[in-house]
Amino acid sequence: MPEILIPVLEELETAYETAQNDPLFQKEYYDLLREYVGRPTKLTLAERLTDHYGKAKIYLKREDLCHTGAHKINNAIGQLLLARNMGKIRIIAETGAGQHGVATATACAKFGFECVIYMGAEDMERQKLNVERMGLLGAEVRSVESGSKTLKDATNEAIRDWVTNVENTFYIIGSVVGPHPYPMMTRNFHRVIGEETKDQLKAVEGRSADYLLACVGGGSNAIGFFYPFIEDNNVKMIGIEASGLGAETDKTAATLTIGTPGVLHGSLSYLLHDKEGQVQLAHSISAGLDYPGIGPEHAYLHDTKRIHYYGITDAEAMNAVKLISEKEGIIPAIETAHAFAYLEKLMPLTQKDQIVVVNCSGRGDKDMKTISDWFSGS
Amino acid sequence: MSKETLQAKTSRIRSVFQDRDKDDKVMSLFITAGYPDLDSTVELILGFEENGAEVIELGMPFSDPLADGPTIQYASNVAIKNGITMNRIFEMVSEIRKSSEIPIVLMGYINPVLRYGVEEFCRKAAESGVDGLIIPDAPIEESSVLEKTAKANNLDLIYLVAPNSTDERMKLIDEHSSGFVYCVSVTGVTGARQGDEVAKSVERFIDRVNKNVIKNPKMVGFGIRNHEDAKIISQKTDGFIVGSALIDSIRSFYPNNEWKRNVFSFVKELKHGDHKKIQK
Repeated sequence: MPEILIPVLEELETAYETAQNDPLFQKEYYDLLREYVGRPTKLTLAERLTDHYGKAKIYLKREDLCHTGAHKINNAIGQLLLARNMGKIRIIAETGAGQHGVATATACAKFGFECVIYMGAEDMERQKLNVERMGLLGAEVRSVESGSKTLKDATNEAIRDWVTNVENTFYIIGSVVGPHPYPMMTRNFHRVIGEETKDQLKAVEGRSADYLLACVGGGSNAIGFFYPFIEDNNVKMIGIEASGLGAETDKTAATLTIGTPGVLHGSLSYLLHDKEGQVQLAHSISAGLDYPGIGPEHAYLHDTKRIHYYGITDAEAMNAVKLISEKEGIIPAIETAHAFAYLEKLMPLTQKDQIVVVNCSGRGDKDMKTISDWFSGS
Repeated sequence: MSKETLQAKTSRIRSVFQDRDKDDKVMSLFITAGYPDLDSTVELILGFEENGAEVIELGMPFSDPLADGPTIQYASNVAIKNGITMNRIFEMVSEIRKSSEIPIVLMGYINPVLRYGVEEFCRKAAESGVDGLIIPDAPIEESSVLEKTAKANNLDLIYLVAPNSTDERMKLIDEHSSGFVYCVSVTGVTGARQGDEVAKSVERFIDRVNKNVIKNPKMVGFGIRNHEDAKIISQKTDGFIVGSALIDSIRSFYPNNEWKRNVFSFVKELKHGDHKKIQK
């Protein structure tokens, strides 16, 4: 990270530590999650999906029911409260699928903050609905024309804004990436997903899960969902990356499958880059997963083999969108559908008395155009 | 390479700053390796030297230059498309060394360096005749391996101080730096600034730098467009750095006839000021 950001990151770390130990901050945060976001989100038994596979019982953690339609708001609200405590008046964020952008714009509207969202030009095309939502919420969406015109470049542009306006601006990063303390902070604002799941399973099943599945781009929903279960070695966890047209092709976002260690946006993690260290363009049909890096904590959990990571192709994910819509009456986001698609591989290996929980990280309304184009063959 | 040769090499940067008139400012120019094309870089650098440049910062292009503004982003993209590689950069430096002793500092982001391998990178850089390194996204906390390896290869490692660096931090950066300290005149990315945006805020910052950075010479950069800017901004430092404005100049002339001559006359004017206005 550039020298200009070092004092800012130190200041942020101190402010975050203070907030974490401040009962008033915690109360305000959890009150907002309850009264504004709509937490706790439900844990739904997916009966017809369970019957479809005829093996383990499948539950869905319903982050799609959060206000704004995805888990991203947990973190946006948390970081916004922190920004307010630090006296910042202007908020910036990057967004891929637009869910983090919408969540940030929402939090800014609720608290009356100026909000600028950086979004790749290609993503703005793919996620038009979310662009309009952000506009209506009062945010300025700035189109990013550099590089691949997707999430990576939107992040570059947000960082450039940040180094220029460090005095008054807070950067709300949307995933567990970026420089310390962001990955830790974002994880902690999403831990509520896993904590609720644990309690809810205990209440309905009297026990914990056997398998947890979540999709991974940068990895925020996955880490929030997995983290409270990490100490429990009986719980197997699987993070699902987007392998695009296939991890063996150059149109992929399967960072842990084929990436090597590298530094992007202030974290050392796995990265898709060529032998010169130039970052490669990631590809996925889902705008929220085509990031060429991954959160450093996922890299660690991959190396220690505590969590396993697999790639799911565009086609497999799109089939899962259809299956989940038809079997459960839930249209999942294409990102989320990657996690569902892995059920095809996992379920035959499970037993009837086992429990699988899929983190249903977001709903698919934003993806309707991509989905209908795909199934109409255009 | 013998110890004597290595010793001689590291002194290139130092000797530039020695025995100078207080008002004679060192001019350092930044150029992206492989921009505007692979074949021009060496000739450009030799021409810069002839026209008043005393230090060269040779940019190692990176796909995601997040501390750079649009101009250097553009030049980096062109260079990557032209097929620039780290080995090609080392070859360029070796080529320059056949006829020039101008100090050359490689400037770029940490990922390509890590990918190349820090040991191998520093060794090759030193062998080809590089004098120092500037890695703006690797602050002192994250550079212990690089610092050690650079030192072992007699490469200077130049760190940046910014307007929001505290006094304590400036002292620490001075301690870790060798060659010179790069003073970032404004918060923000690289790129030429409009009006007196830079001059206004820079004075207090430079006063603070002078109080805290005492071991190393100080070079100031970011936002300098012309000789007048340079003169004002570098008043209380040892010299100034121009990057984006130089690349903008190349961009405006390339590939017209005599583009290099026009660029060189821009360089001459940066250093000495006026006499004849350049016609585009």
